Amino acid sequence: MSSLIECNGLWKQYRVGEVDVNALRGLSLTIEQGEFVAVMGASGSGKSTLLNILGCLDQPTRGQYRLDGIDVGGLEFDRLAEVRNRQIGFVFQSFNLIPRTSALENAQLPLFYRGMSLSEQRGKAAAALKRVGLEGREQHFPTQLSGGQQQRVAIARALITAPSLLLADEPTGNLDTESSREIMTMLEGLNREGITIILVTHEADIAAYAQREILLKDGQLLSDRATRRMPGIVEV
Amino acid sequence: MSAFVWMTVLTALRILGRNRLRAGLTMLGIVIGVGAVIAMVGIGEGAKRAVQAQIATMGTNVIIIWPGATTVSGVRSSQGGAVTLTVADALDLRKKIPLLAETGWAKRDAMQIVNGNKNWNGPINGISPSYLTIRDWSFSSGGPFTQADLDSAARVALIGQTIVDNLFEDGEEPVGAVIRIKNVPFRVIGVLAPKGQSAQGSDQDDVIFIPFTTAERKVFGTAFLGSIGAMFASTDRAEDLPEAVDRIREVLRARHRLQGEQNDDFTVKTQVDIGRVQEGTSQTLTVMLFSIASVSLLVGGIGIMNILLVSVTERTREIGVRMAVGAKRGHVLMQFLIEAMTLSLLGGVIGIVLGVIGAKLTTVVAGWPTVISIDVIIVAFVFSLAVGLFFGLYPANKASRLNPIEALRYE
Repeated sequence: MSSLIECNGLWKQYRVGEVDVNALRGLSLTIEQGEFVAVMGASGSGKSTLLNILGCLDQPTRGQYRLDGIDVGGLEFDRLAEVRNRQIGFVFQSFNLIPRTSALENAQLPLFYRGMSLSEQRGKAAAALKRVGLEGREQHFPTQLSGGQQQRVAIARALITAPSLLLADEPTGNLDTESSREIMTMLEGLNREGITIILVTHEADIAAYAQREILLKDGQLLSDRATRRMPGIVEV
Repeated sequence: MSAFVWMTVLTALRILGRNRLRAGLTMLGIVIGVGAVIAMVGIGEGAKRAVQAQIATMGTNVIIIWPGATTVSGVRSSQGGAVTLTVADALDLRKKIPLLAETGWAKRDAMQIVNGNKNWNGPINGISPSYLTIRDWSFSSGGPFTQADLDSAARVALIGQTIVDNLFEDGEEPVGAVIRIKNVPFRVIGVLAPKGQSAQGSDQDDVIFIPFTTAERKVFGTAFLGSIGAMFASTDRAEDLPEAVDRIREVLRARHRLQGEQNDDFTVKTQVDIGRVQEGTSQTLTVMLFSIASVSLLVGGIGIMNILLVSVTERTREIGVRMAVGAKRGHVLMQFLIEAMTLSLLGGVIGIVLGVIGAKLTTVVAGWPTVISIDVIIVAFVFSLAVGLFFGLYPANKASRLNPIEALRYE
């Protein structure tokens, strides 16, 4: 069985003014189904670029990226949109909920682009909100929810399509310690249910929730090791 | 796809509902444009119908022949200045052109009419009995004179409603009364049913008809017996009018011995020609309306485009999120197009409602007839939709071309 993610010699080159900047320099990486991986590194190390490529929001300049056995490198915009819709869930640092739109409709959004009937969309969105513990808040607008609750709506939105991969870009960056712990515990639980999670963070204690920690520097892999915490072991 | 369209329309309506003032101001151009057009077309159409109704009062399939100008030693007289048409011409036309259902003739002069101690100065028309048939005159009381009256130059008169109003007391019966025209006594044998204003605006009921022979022998004092002021003819079918006109010209030119190069010494016009003048006026109006409509729809459209561009910028992050969760370029394009069309359509509908109210108000306040046709409403509806589509295309395309990574990072 092939791995969920197989990256081979990824290069990403940007043009900033007159200068070419290499955000990734021949990075190779394999992630198996069910892993919980934290990607760490200083700003400019290429972790955002990596996440964008893994999330099919961006294409590598060179190298190969296979997601679930499919080479997504050559796909055009609309095919990539389909891949994102079916396989990937996003959780952002700034939540990125659509303003003045109810929690239910925010969670519903990915299904909106699947041509699913409205009642089916609503049913699934309500179930997803229940799963993240937001039952009874379906009609709340983002401004009526706390940061932690907003992030949970975003997680519900990510989960609604039952993706194989969840990408979290500093999901606790805008949250207080208590909410951060809540969100990370939730992600941990989801991982235990089988969802592969890739987490970008620069906080060691957040990275500690993952099983595997990848450290990037100047667009290359600096280290790749297991964290102290292993699945199933609850720290007291 | 239908769920997507439905949701997008709902979303668009909600977004508009949130920014009511902004949406209202954006739609204003379309509202004013569509409203003005609906109201103006309603008023214009009403006026056109009124003119058509007036033209219809002339009679049906009427041809009118006037004597033309003559040129004497290079000096041209005014139209009708020459005695070129005669009763004999009219009778001959009837005989030679089977297409003509009827020919008649008339001559008019303004004269004083007296009844008891009242007097009035009105146009006296000496006519052939057939004239009444051609011009569709009917009677509110009494009846027409006959060929026998014409032959014997009887002193009988038919009077219009305006004459009745000015020469008779209320309740006085005009039929049977004797009035004096230029001191000649005439017996009134019929009162004409009112026709109202003519297409040119003159009062058609201010009229007295007397037999042509009586007029020329006893009232007008004509130098050339048999000369007439105007000749009238009619055909049974409207399609025959052009051919009848050609034949009339042929016969008259032959009778008047006009050579190939010489101009006609008469003018032939049909009811259709007279209607065409009015059509020309309403066409000018239509062209003006279209200019107003195009300008205001253009301005309205630009307003929509402007506000949509602002909206795309404001919602850059939202567009990024939508793309991240699987929106294709077409989805984003559709969303903004639908928003643009919702705006313009809403503006159009409000404009239609206001336009119809405006037209009805004109009828009530100014008393002008207005006609609101369903066609105009459909055209306005389709046009406002098209404006939204056209002016929404650029902002929508801009939104759909956004790079999701940059859109997500947009502050």
